[in-house]
Amino acid sequence: MICRCFGKAFDLAAVGRGARETALLMLGVPDYDAYVAHVSTAHPEQTPATRDAFFTARQDARFKGGGLRCC
Amino acid sequence: MDMSSSPHQAARVRLGVSGALIWGGTAILGAASLAILAVHRGETVNALWMVTAALCTYAIGYRFYGLFLARRVAGLDAARPTPAVLRRDGMDYVPTSKFVLFGHHFAAIAGAGPLVGPVLAAQMGYLPGTLWILVGVVFAGAVQDFIVLAFSTRRDGRSLGDMIRTEMGPFAGTVASVGVLAIMFILLAVLGLIVVKALAASPWGTFAVAATMPIALGMGLWLRFVRPRGVLEVSAVGVVLLLAAIWLGGRVAAEPALAALFTWSAPTLALVLMAYGFAASVLPVWLLLAPRDYLSTFLKIGTIAALAVGILVTLPELHMPAVTRFVDGTGPVFAGSLFPFLFITIACGSVSGFHALVSSGTTPKMLASEADARMIGYGAMLAESGVAIMAMIAASVLQPGAYFAMNAPAALVGGDVAHAAATISAWGFAITPDALTRLAHQVGEATVLGRAGGAPTLAVGMATIFSGVLGGDRLMAFWYHFAILFEALFILTTIDAGTRVARFMVQDFAAMASRGGVRVPALASNLLATGVAVAGWGYFLYQGVIDPLGGINTLWPLFGIANQMLACIALTFCSVVLFKLKRARVAWTTLLPTAWLALCTLTAGAEKIFAAAPAIGFLAHAAKYEAAARAGGLLVPAHSAAQMRQIILNDRVDVSLTALFMAVVVTMLACGVRSAAQARANPRVTAREAGDDMPLLRQGV
Repeated sequence: MICRCFGKAFDLAAVGRGARETALLMLGVPDYDAYVAHVSTAHPEQTPATRDAFFTARQDARFKGGGLRCC
Repeated sequence: MDMSSSPHQAARVRLGVSGALIWGGTAILGAASLAILAVHRGETVNALWMVTAALCTYAIGYRFYGLFLARRVAGLDAARPTPAVLRRDGMDYVPTSKFVLFGHHFAAIAGAGPLVGPVLAAQMGYLPGTLWILVGVVFAGAVQDFIVLAFSTRRDGRSLGDMIRTEMGPFAGTVASVGVLAIMFILLAVLGLIVVKALAASPWGTFAVAATMPIALGMGLWLRFVRPRGVLEVSAVGVVLLLAAIWLGGRVAAEPALAALFTWSAPTLALVLMAYGFAASVLPVWLLLAPRDYLSTFLKIGTIAALAVGILVTLPELHMPAVTRFVDGTGPVFAGSLFPFLFITIACGSVSGFHALVSSGTTPKMLASEADARMIGYGAMLAESGVAIMAMIAASVLQPGAYFAMNAPAALVGGDVAHAAATISAWGFAITPDALTRLAHQVGEATVLGRAGGAPTLAVGMATIFSGVLGGDRLMAFWYHFAILFEALFILTTIDAGTRVARFMVQDFAAMASRGGVRVPALASNLLATGVAVAGWGYFLYQGVIDPLGGINTLWPLFGIANQMLACIALTFCSVVLFKLKRARVAWTTLLPTAWLALCTLTAGAEKIFAAAPAIGFLAHAAKYEAAARAGGLLVPAHSAAQMRQIILNDRVDVSLTALFMAVVVTMLACGVRSAAQARANPRVTAREAGDDMPLLRQGV
């Protein structure tokens, strides 16, 4: 779906995907599709982790060193 | 402002006629807004002027100074591959869209600091604090965040401590680590104190915050065992449950039997907080710590956005004078004169050393191009400064009399509305006892007196702004407790995560000290180190809770000193690297803020130790209690000779800690001078950047 505003065209679906990706990264979870794409091109012999396993591994990694938040 | 062009493209673009007009107009508009804020002497002034002044300052700072830093100081090169590209692994190193990464970085640096500091600083009027927030962020805070991010990106995304060890030597690295551990203790204590001040004798707030525990546990279990991928949906449900808990809290507070269950004294809350910090950092992170982190992240971003919209829609009038008589240092909220104490009271909104840890953490590993570093490093800090400006607006929306009633300690204004109103009116901020009672009733609390620490003041300001948009007076109490919950939630997240960080540091130091000679079972080591970490901040928290001046008065300056000290360390490191890169001609960009922060922290530290006034100087305070103890007398809050001795001991501990901070600053400055001198003596570039020895990699990107 394309929305026009200020004379520019915005792809709303892409904006939505971007918002979702931002929200996930705020929780320390990078983009799963990018991970799968990376594994299939750089390490084609490996099977990428499932979406669930990917989340769990990222959650553990985020707090491994303590998970510093700012004041 | 043009965020899309790379530094190199933009560098070649000269300001055309239209550009000159636009930027000239922005400069004039910003200057005019500041002038209106500065010379205004009427009853009230509109927040619009503060918003305009801030936005114009940020736009000009980003477009001109940020670009100068990107080109001439950091020497960014859009063609040079970043760690995310070179080491891409799909997990830690991922080239990420700059807008997505901006959100991540901002969420990681935004916290309670930029909200609380300006509220406390408002006792001197809105003007001094606002000027420091704007000048400080452009020339110190955003510079630090941006340059550390750029240097870490050139070093495989390594941490600040790591980089200091490599560029300045192992001794400087160890000194910096000691400094960071000491900061953790004082930071967690002060943040804990803010929560205690907000929740003491407040069944509504206490219930809402307590309700976050079962909600987080449920989320944690669901995410681990049922549907890990559904984290956004689960978090959304969690936020809805939180809102329900705030509503339910109002019902609980209205039932005397239930209210009694959640009415806790400040010392009890302090002990509960310590137990919580211990439990949350020992339990598996996915059970409690991580889901609470998710809740607080979304609530934080949502509330900041809502506050921005609220301010822009209502454009409230500011009732606080531009400058109050308390610039002379006699203010009730924090003791000490404008210089140096204003500059350490407002820490995070203008410059925060903690951001150097974030800028050298996950962000540099995800930067897709060096050209994005300005928007993320410099830009996100400008946004954080904007949060501080909003906090200043929220605090200035209150009637000054109400502001002082909430923030002045009972020891100064008395414990009931009649005394408080009389004292504060005598200071020149007219307020009636009725108005104070009515305000407490409006926000659904028994009293608003003595609620120092920034959070409740901000909550009243936010409630006033929000209820202007939605719900009117009827929803004022809901919005007040929403704001309290929001702050308590992300402070608790800092406390549990910070306790874990401190625990790892304690374990590192123990391993270093014993040189691997002592073997301790993992569980025992974990529990022991967590105990040390909790005791470290718990000691200062408890001390603050029983302080007759309310604790914030004493401890917030220590936190400010600690935070600015860390910024001073980070900027010293940046300066050293600039000398090693043979960019001495632009080293003033980091040397100036380093010098200013060193001056502020060392002056403030010296005053906290040696000032003759017991309200400021720890030694004078100890001497006063010693004299009274020798005469066999008791001074509040002591009820026994043992408590008198405890207070004197606390003063001495505070003296030692302040002295430690000062020693760390002086040592790091000395290390910096030595490293810079060595770099100048060497005719070659001596900084070690990853990729310099791999020229082939620079082609074709």
